[in-house]
Amino acid sequence: MSSPAIELLGLTKDFPVGFWRKRMRRSLDNLSFQVEEGEVFGFLGPNGAGKTTTMKLLMGLIFPTSGTARVRGRSIDDVEMHREIGYLPEQPYFYDYLTARELLDYYARFSNYSAAERRKRVENFLERVGLAAAGDVQLRKFSKGMLQRAGIAQAILHDPPVVILDEPMSGLDPVGRREVRDIILDLKKQGRTIFFSTHILSDAEMLCDRVAVLAGGKLQGVGAPGAIVTIQAVAMEILFEVREGRALPAGLAEHATRIGGRCRVEVPEEGLYAALEQLQGCEARILSVSPAHPTLEEYFFHLIGGPEASRGLEEISR
Amino acid sequence: MSATVGPVAINTFREAVRDRVLYNLVLFALLMIGAAILVGEISIGIERLVIINLGLTAISIFGLVMAIFIGVGLVYKEIEKRTLYSLLAKPIRRWQFLVGKYAGLLLTLTVNTAFMTLGLAAALFYVGRHFERSDTSILVAIYFILLEFALVTALALFFSCFSSPMLSTLYTLGIYMTGVFANDIRTIGDFTRNPALLAVTRAVYYLVPNFHNFNAIAAAAHGSAIPFSLVWQNTLYAALYVALLLIAASAVFSGRNLK
Amino acid sequence: MNHPSQTRALWAAVAGVPLLFAAIAVLQMKINAGTRAYTAENDELMLRSGSAVRQMSLGYDSLVADIYWTRAVQYYGSRLGTDGAEFGLLWPLLDIATTLDSKLIIAYRFGAIFLSEPPPVGAGRPDLAVELLKRGIAENPDNYYLSGDLGFLYYWRLKDYPKASEAYLEGSKIPNAPAWLKMMAARIAEQHGSLETSRMIWSQIYETSQEKTVRDQAMKTLRVLRAQEDEAQLDEVAQKYKNRFGHFPASASELRDAGLLRGTPVDPAGYPYIFGADGKSSLDPRSSIVIPHELNPPPEESK
Repeated sequence: MSSPAIELLGLTKDFPVGFWRKRMRRSLDNLSFQVEEGEVFGFLGPNGAGKTTTMKLLMGLIFPTSGTARVRGRSIDDVEMHREIGYLPEQPYFYDYLTARELLDYYARFSNYSAAERRKRVENFLERVGLAAAGDVQLRKFSKGMLQRAGIAQAILHDPPVVILDEPMSGLDPVGRREVRDIILDLKKQGRTIFFSTHILSDAEMLCDRVAVLAGGKLQGVGAPGAIVTIQAVAMEILFEVREGRALPAGLAEHATRIGGRCRVEVPEEGLYAALEQLQGCEARILSVSPAHPTLEEYFFHLIGGPEASRGLEEISR
Repeated sequence: MSATVGPVAINTFREAVRDRVLYNLVLFALLMIGAAILVGEISIGIERLVIINLGLTAISIFGLVMAIFIGVGLVYKEIEKRTLYSLLAKPIRRWQFLVGKYAGLLLTLTVNTAFMTLGLAAALFYVGRHFERSDTSILVAIYFILLEFALVTALALFFSCFSSPMLSTLYTLGIYMTGVFANDIRTIGDFTRNPALLAVTRAVYYLVPNFHNFNAIAAAAHGSAIPFSLVWQNTLYAALYVALLLIAASAVFSGRNLK
Repeated sequence: MNHPSQTRALWAAVAGVPLLFAAIAVLQMKINAGTRAYTAENDELMLRSGSAVRQMSLGYDSLVADIYWTRAVQYYGSRLGTDGAEFGLLWPLLDIATTLDSKLIIAYRFGAIFLSEPPPVGAGRPDLAVELLKRGIAENPDNYYLSGDLGFLYYWRLKDYPKASEAYLEGSKIPNAPAWLKMMAARIAEQHGSLETSRMIWSQIYETSQEKTVRDQAMKTLRVLRAQEDEAQLDEVAQKYKNRFGHFPASASELRDAGLLRGTPVDPAGYPYIFGADGKSSLDPRSSIVIPHELNPPPEESK
């Protein structure tokens, strides 16, 4: 088994809070999981869960209280390891007095390219993220979407095997998000490992091979997106049509949603047959019956409901 | 090492230029022009003296203001603006980043001073229509002023690593003032009978950089020769202090959690 | 195209700003008029101590010295010739300038003359002038002009001929010192005060000074000395006339007719000398040259 691309080993981070900075707030608690080579790995969680903190720990911007991590076998203490990583920070800011071309050229100088090769790469990647036309515009004039794209360009400019992106879709319109998604898939095709965080769950569902879910600084679960949510399925969903003028059965009416003639209701598994009977009783036409697995979103609200409300999940291996 | 420090330095220089910092040269040029024209009306017989005094004093003040006000933001701004995040994701060590920022500001100050020196030479020529051999002491005085800049920039950079620009400005100015009066502070201590005060003033005298060493403006104005021993001693003094401050800054910054 | 609210604001500024500036100017004039009464007497020189000013200069002593020197020159120049002029601030200004820049030779030389000359020409404080010069000589041991100035001071103002000679002698010992210092030392030691010596000293000052006010003063004094020399000569000739004709001449032309003078001498201002009943020549009252009270009679010619 090859070594994982990213390995988190009991990462813990405390921040001093309060006026005298005496009290500690634990923002990451013993975080451990692995990202395998070549996979697209989503890092999910509500705002404030600790996702950005984790990424900053990986990049050496902050230092762990305890625990450590490795990227491609090298410790996060090793600055040379950064040659193998491309990083896009959350809401990136760049030197706004530089043009896009100058920015990429600047960052490219930290890798050992000849001047000619550097120039070629800069043009290449400007093209790739669709900024070729705006290459000589100062970054202070860039829209958020353009900044995001510049950020991705500087992250992948040196062809790193591991790409770490913090909220890459944030601030983008649907077109921009589509483009980023395409870039990520493209990178995956090239065999790179992509580790990105997001709280836009539909993106994660679409792109990721596996996800890790973080809430309140603690790892809530790791696995394929589908696997995580099907476990939660404890209800059944019934789609049906009600004839005009006919009222819904009392017990169901409260929980049903209705749009025109169509209705949807969720019932617990054990109450399924009773509900079906009720519906047949009022001559409703049953359209479908299926397990009502929550979207990741509902799963989330579930999680935020409180740590006691969540059920810790074991890792499901692929 | 220069592969990482160099780009950071050049980029810092580029930022200063694009921030229109060099526009202060316009002000300086106006000052020199005004002085050259007026000095004949006001002080006969000492035109060169006044031009040199005014020019060197202006070079010193302009540069110090720049060193402090840009210096205290060198690191702070990058942290506040989060531009540091993507930079530190590259294979660059934190101390290399610091040295790069320092070198960039020092480069800016040197270029600025070079232009000002040309302006001063022009004003001198206008007033006296000739240069004298003793004018080389003017160049030495300017070199000493550059050494002062190197020291003050290092101070400002050090504070920039952990404190806000306003506080850093106060600290840096405070130390600079103390350094200018270092000799007087020591004299006060020597006169007093109080051993505690004597100990304190002595400590301050040796800890704080003695900026008076670098002031050769009067000598340049009067065309007195500046001994070569002072030149290399001052250079060594400045180098040691700058090294000290950069090492301290690295120590502070390398362990810092960025917000 | 401007927003309506912006247009309003612009109009308010165009109307209001000049009006307010005018009001401020008027108010300033009122303030000036009100305070003029007591600022006329009190000159502003807040810091009189050289070392205090040095602290304030924050290391830029040299430039601040130039500023104080400029102030001294303007202070003097603006008061010279005005009624009841006195120069109380001249000493502090020169003191501060030379404390900040001990090599400001021009200030020492200026002070040598205008601190010592009595009002209305100077501050009338030869003691302070001596102090200033001694400090200058101590700080600039290579400068022989300062020693010459000290010698001048003792000779001209203090009439202390031994000290004058000594000062010139000390100056002559400085490497590259010109010969006239030694010569002056010898002359004074020998002859003490004489018109000729005075003339030589003041000529030296005129030639070696770059400061306009100093040169003007030297020129004025030289003309006075010339007039005194002329008068002394004319008195001698008048005595000869009396010896020959038994009475004093009424005018210089009589001396000329008698063959004792080649022409009718005029003073440096161009006016002929006149004779009094006692045979003493004097300047025409209309002449612009005035011999100051303390120079009349001329310095003793004793050996």
